Amino acid sequence: MGKYIEMIRVRFLMMLAYRTNYYSGILIYSINIGAYYFLWNAIYGGKGEIEGLSVIQMTTYIAVAWMARAFYFNNIDREIAQEIKEGKVAVEFIRPYHYLMMKTMQGLGEGIFRLSFFSIPGMIIVSLIFPIEFSAALSTWMFFTIAIILSFIVNTQINLLTGVMTFFFFNNDGLIRAKRVVIDLFSGLLLPISFYPGWAQQVMDFLPFQAISYIPSMIFTEGFTGFAVWEAILFQLVWAVILILPIQALWVIAKKRLIVQGG
Amino acid sequence: MEKVIDVQSLRKDFKSHSSRSGLKGAFRDLFTRNYKVISAVKDISFTVNEGEMVGYIGENGAGKSTSIKMLTGILTPTSGTVRVNGMDPHKEREKFVSSIGVVFGQRSQLWWDIAVQESFRLLKKVYNVPDDVYNDHMNHVIESLDIGPLLDKPVRKLSLGQRMRCELAAALLHNPKLLFLDEPTIGLDVLVKLKIRNFLKEINEKYKTTILLTTHDLTDIEALCERVVMLDEGQIIYDGKLAKLRSNWGEGKQIEFQFGEQVNLENLQPLLTELQAEWTKGDRDNVWIANVVNEEHVISEVIGRVVAANRITDIKIHEISTEEIIRNIYEEGMLNG
Repeated sequence: MGKYIEMIRVRFLMMLAYRTNYYSGILIYSINIGAYYFLWNAIYGGKGEIEGLSVIQMTTYIAVAWMARAFYFNNIDREIAQEIKEGKVAVEFIRPYHYLMMKTMQGLGEGIFRLSFFSIPGMIIVSLIFPIEFSAALSTWMFFTIAIILSFIVNTQINLLTGVMTFFFFNNDGLIRAKRVVIDLFSGLLLPISFYPGWAQQVMDFLPFQAISYIPSMIFTEGFTGFAVWEAILFQLVWAVILILPIQALWVIAKKRLIVQGG
Repeated sequence: MEKVIDVQSLRKDFKSHSSRSGLKGAFRDLFTRNYKVISAVKDISFTVNEGEMVGYIGENGAGKSTSIKMLTGILTPTSGTVRVNGMDPHKEREKFVSSIGVVFGQRSQLWWDIAVQESFRLLKKVYNVPDDVYNDHMNHVIESLDIGPLLDKPVRKLSLGQRMRCELAAALLHNPKLLFLDEPTIGLDVLVKLKIRNFLKEINEKYKTTILLTTHDLTDIEALCERVVMLDEGQIIYDGKLAKLRSNWGEGKQIEFQFGEQVNLENLQPLLTELQAEWTKGDRDNVWIANVVNEEHVISEVIGRVVAANRITDIKIHEISTEEIIRNIYEEGMLNG
């Protein structure tokens, strides 16, 4: 286990090595939150609430969704694809660890870095500028913590799945890009799931994406209360377990047919 | 002696598709593809004992890298058996890779953006090396390779020679019994090469580390390996002592004459009668090379006869280098050389 924890630390150091990325990230996220804040204000107009969310809940939703994204978001699918294309996986195979586990840990290192240097300070700044409601209830914070950890797991699993597909397609930039758009759209980052038409909501109930953004944000804004919270976390948990199967299956097949490219 | 590597009729086939030509061909490729099976390694067998340093050589595409990748467990063999360090590289991957060290000259194993010592620290955790063992062993390695001043620099800021020494140290961090080196000296200057060679000799003596070395630089092989395994088109064409290869193939010297006047083979041929020697034309005008056996009286006889019969402006005597021997073998194959 020590090696996996060490990897988190190393990734943390790598993030520090590229500070410019970090500063530009803060800027991009602030612009996004600002833009959505004004957009939603315009949509709400004078209305008290839409689909059960008040305007303050909505702004909180947007801010939290983006800040949580800083934690769960990572580019490990792209990294895996890159390493496969350049033949660097060869090096990973001669190390006594599980490659995908190591990649997950790198994602986690990145996530923890962004959470502590980016999301938390960012959230404080945003709350000074825009009216945002923080819940005082300890249980909400607790559930939110569990929910974002699970959202990290589900998002990372989807990334691993897309990344490992490179073994079969050799060039899957298109797939990676499509996945990114699908996640932004169907995870509830841009629009809460409850705003989608009924039939679309039903379809999304059978897909893992809302586990990524919609559920933690709804828990934080207290859009979910009582039994709904438990149900939502169970939904995340079930997907986190289900997704292990295709990843493991693809990984086993990929190892068998691995061809190291470039020498 | 203990067998570290035991390979029996190892084979690797790749299925590759060939594209049809032209636009019409490209459309047809969308639906059906022509596949052909290429054998990169064809039923090779060899064993390596503990403490041996073996040079693994062959032309580009001869199957060296493919077989190394099977030995290290990166690729799955199509057929045949591989036992390395008494294990099947595939079945017990994590346990197996802890017992080997690998350096790929063309691929970095260190993390690009972080300081070398951070990479070492991570690898120490990955290989579960206890602190005291690490300190004792690595202080020595760091000193021998002279990389102490480089440890706090990020890998991307190192020169190739510096990086390569760090790679080697990283591969030896867990003090493996077996070390695979895939072109470790590619693109390095003479001093760095020497340092690396001396270091490899030293660890081979100290820890009895078995080393399998692939390289295109034959001076590496001459400096380090007693035994060579030579591959051509996926098959082993020579497996034995380097010295024997030299004596079988490189017996003889070349005497290069620069004549002061126009000469041709008819004039020269009679000079070599009853001697174990023959002429080949040099690469410049009026330059002829006499290939002779390495015996004093033959050499002096040839020189004496040629000098007596012709005007000479220059004369050089070459010993056939290992490189030339290998080149001849590559060009002509093992049989008709």
